[in-house]
Amino acid sequence: MHVVSFREALNQAMDEEMARDERVLLMGEEVAQYNGAYKVSQGLFAKWGPRRIIDTPIAEEGFAGIGIGAAMAGLRPIVEFMTWNFSLVAYDQIANHAAKMLSMSGGHFSVPMVFRGPGGAARNLGATHSQALESIYAHIPGLKVVMPSNPYDGKGLLKSAIRDDNPIVFIESEMMYGDKGEIPEGEYTVPIGVGNVIQEGADVTIVSWSKVLQRFTIPAVQQLKEEGISVELIDPRTIKPMDRDLIVNSVRKTNRLVVVEEGWPFAGVGAQIAFEVQHRAFDDLDAPIARVTQEDVPLPYASNLERASLPSVDKIVKAVHSVLYRG
Amino acid sequence: MSKKPAPAAESASRTLGLPKETLLAWYDDMLLVRRFEEKAAQLYGMGRIGGFCHLYNGQEAISTGACAVLTPDDYIITAYRDHGLAISRGVDPKACMAELLGKYTGTTKGKGGSMHFFDREKNFLGGHAIVGSHVPIGAGVGFAIKYKGQQNVILVFMGDGATNIGAFFEALGLAQLWKLPVVFIIENNRYSMGTSVTRSSPVEDLYKKALAFDMRWDVVDGMNVLEVYQKVKQAADIAKKDYLPSLLEIRTYRYRGHSMSDPIHGHYRTKEEVEEQKRSDPITLFASILQEEGLADESYFESVEKRVKKVVEDCVTFADQSPEPPLEELWKDVYLP
Ligand SMILES: Cc1ncc(C[n+]2csc(CCOP(=O)(O)OP(=O)(O)O)c2C)c(N)n1
Ligand SMILES: [Mg+2]
Repeated sequence: MHVVSFREALNQAMDEEMARDERVLLMGEEVAQYNGAYKVSQGLFAKWGPRRIIDTPIAEEGFAGIGIGAAMAGLRPIVEFMTWNFSLVAYDQIANHAAKMLSMSGGHFSVPMVFRGPGGAARNLGATHSQALESIYAHIPGLKVVMPSNPYDGKGLLKSAIRDDNPIVFIESEMMYGDKGEIPEGEYTVPIGVGNVIQEGADVTIVSWSKVLQRFTIPAVQQLKEEGISVELIDPRTIKPMDRDLIVNSVRKTNRLVVVEEGWPFAGVGAQIAFEVQHRAFDDLDAPIARVTQEDVPLPYASNLERASLPSVDKIVKAVHSVLYRG
Repeated sequence: MSKKPAPAAESASRTLGLPKETLLAWYDDMLLVRRFEEKAAQLYGMGRIGGFCHLYNGQEAISTGACAVLTPDDYIITAYRDHGLAISRGVDPKACMAELLGKYTGTTKGKGGSMHFFDREKNFLGGHAIVGSHVPIGAGVGFAIKYKGQQNVILVFMGDGATNIGAFFEALGLAQLWKLPVVFIIENNRYSMGTSVTRSSPVEDLYKKALAFDMRWDVVDGMNVLEVYQKVKQAADIAKKDYLPSLLEIRTYRYRGHSMSDPIHGHYRTKEEVEEQKRSDPITLFASILQEEGLADESYFESVEKRVKKVVEDCVTFADQSPEPPLEELWKDVYLP
């Protein structure tokens, strides 16, 4: 094992897969000569050159579509969005075309590619630059949505995503690129669709992923432990397909569930998880399921409003107290 | 059919026959924008401004020259590099500074930050941070002007990089098809982040993007405030009188990094290039014109420097003393009742 940063882990995944498969290439704004806006593609241009590490103009709809066409014609492109906010300019390509091609063509054409980049809020970036968009992608049949929370999962899942024959929405976090974690020396992958029990527990299940898991949920779980509350913490790692059995089985054991996500509440991923759990484990629930989300507003710039809007340790602790009926 | 406008009639003088007070006010405005941005850089360095902060240094002749063309009823919309244009348009610099510090007295009560200045009274429609998305919105304002039969114009500013996005082309096509009173202004500072125009656009002469739509176009020296004024005025007059759009490519240069979190040169341009460009500084150039024309002397420039310094200091004091937005603001302005 050795310690790498999240960005290095992602970089290794792309580098190894490019070595393994000549059809893999990376395309996006500033990915080549600038080494990536957030340095995730550091060194790849120097190593692989302009044929496979390709700088694009600001033309998301265009280059997302080029990725799809190239995938239909046999390549395995990785399209980087500088942030997922800008993917909305390309949403038609992803939702109407990448997602539907296989079904609509009756199986004639698949779109084996990865759309990736950082999602969610960083700090003080304002409403258009701070969005957690996993639910709007998970909503569309034909897409898989992957959201790793640590370098080990990041590398293993990105390798699986690149090898997957479906279009993958792979959402990282700008705030986590510097996070460090252990990974094995050799080759490994993490399967898509398989969640991870980060910590076993008896009193309550918390499901949480990506940055809010690292930044808020884990510290909250620590604080709850000091209060004597034992949390079973689950990182689904993949939003779609969701590892439902893992979550349902955990709730059968703890009888309580809190879902913590960065996105907005209405039709959010947590709403879907809550539906699954009440549907399959209704009799096992000892309390209504609680959710912690961002407030249902565009995220403001000012620090105090931004903090008030986003999930926090405090909000998570309160939600856990509520399902345990503690004041 | 060539839409290249005839060269402007030989002006009465280098200063277009404009009154002295007007010209001196332009100088003051350019210097205010420059010093405001320098202060913003300093405050960003101190961690007092958050998020992304894109400064206007080097491009001041554009905001001053272009805004000077507008009447209070005309409109203006731009991208996230919006401080200079807001100030030149007359948005209170105190409110601008307060916005940068995330204060309640800011241009958007602390909700938008650096990239999203707005001012309804000044018809300043933002401040937009998704590259190119505001270009059709600007054309829509042109649509409304024409619909209401007004003799007004909207100036739609964007960077060179924005001319590669689909929204730009759709907006140009619609504006020309429907003959909308819009002046599309490309502030070509030669780079979008670390990508030069040569590497992002198949045509380096960005005005040529008007040709596909048979739209009127012009190329402007963005270091010369007088030329900016003159050519934006021509285009705005045509928009108001004939309801016809133009595309202006204004050639300029950005002195600082793309945003405060980016390097000033890095790998994509050399330090020498930046230094070389600073030798054709728009403020210095204008100062020398004013001096040569006998309209201002050293003591005048010194007095402006002092005055502007005080204005910027007052901005900071005002921002410092302003409160944070109250928490209830979080749920306000999301819907109208
Ligand atoms: C659709 C979209 N893609 C990418 C970005 C990230 N981004 C912000 S500014 C910028 C460069 C824009 O350059 P240009 O249009 O030349 O304007 P300048 O910054 O030079 O004023 C990029 C790529 C964005 N904000 N929106
Ligand atoms: Mg530019």
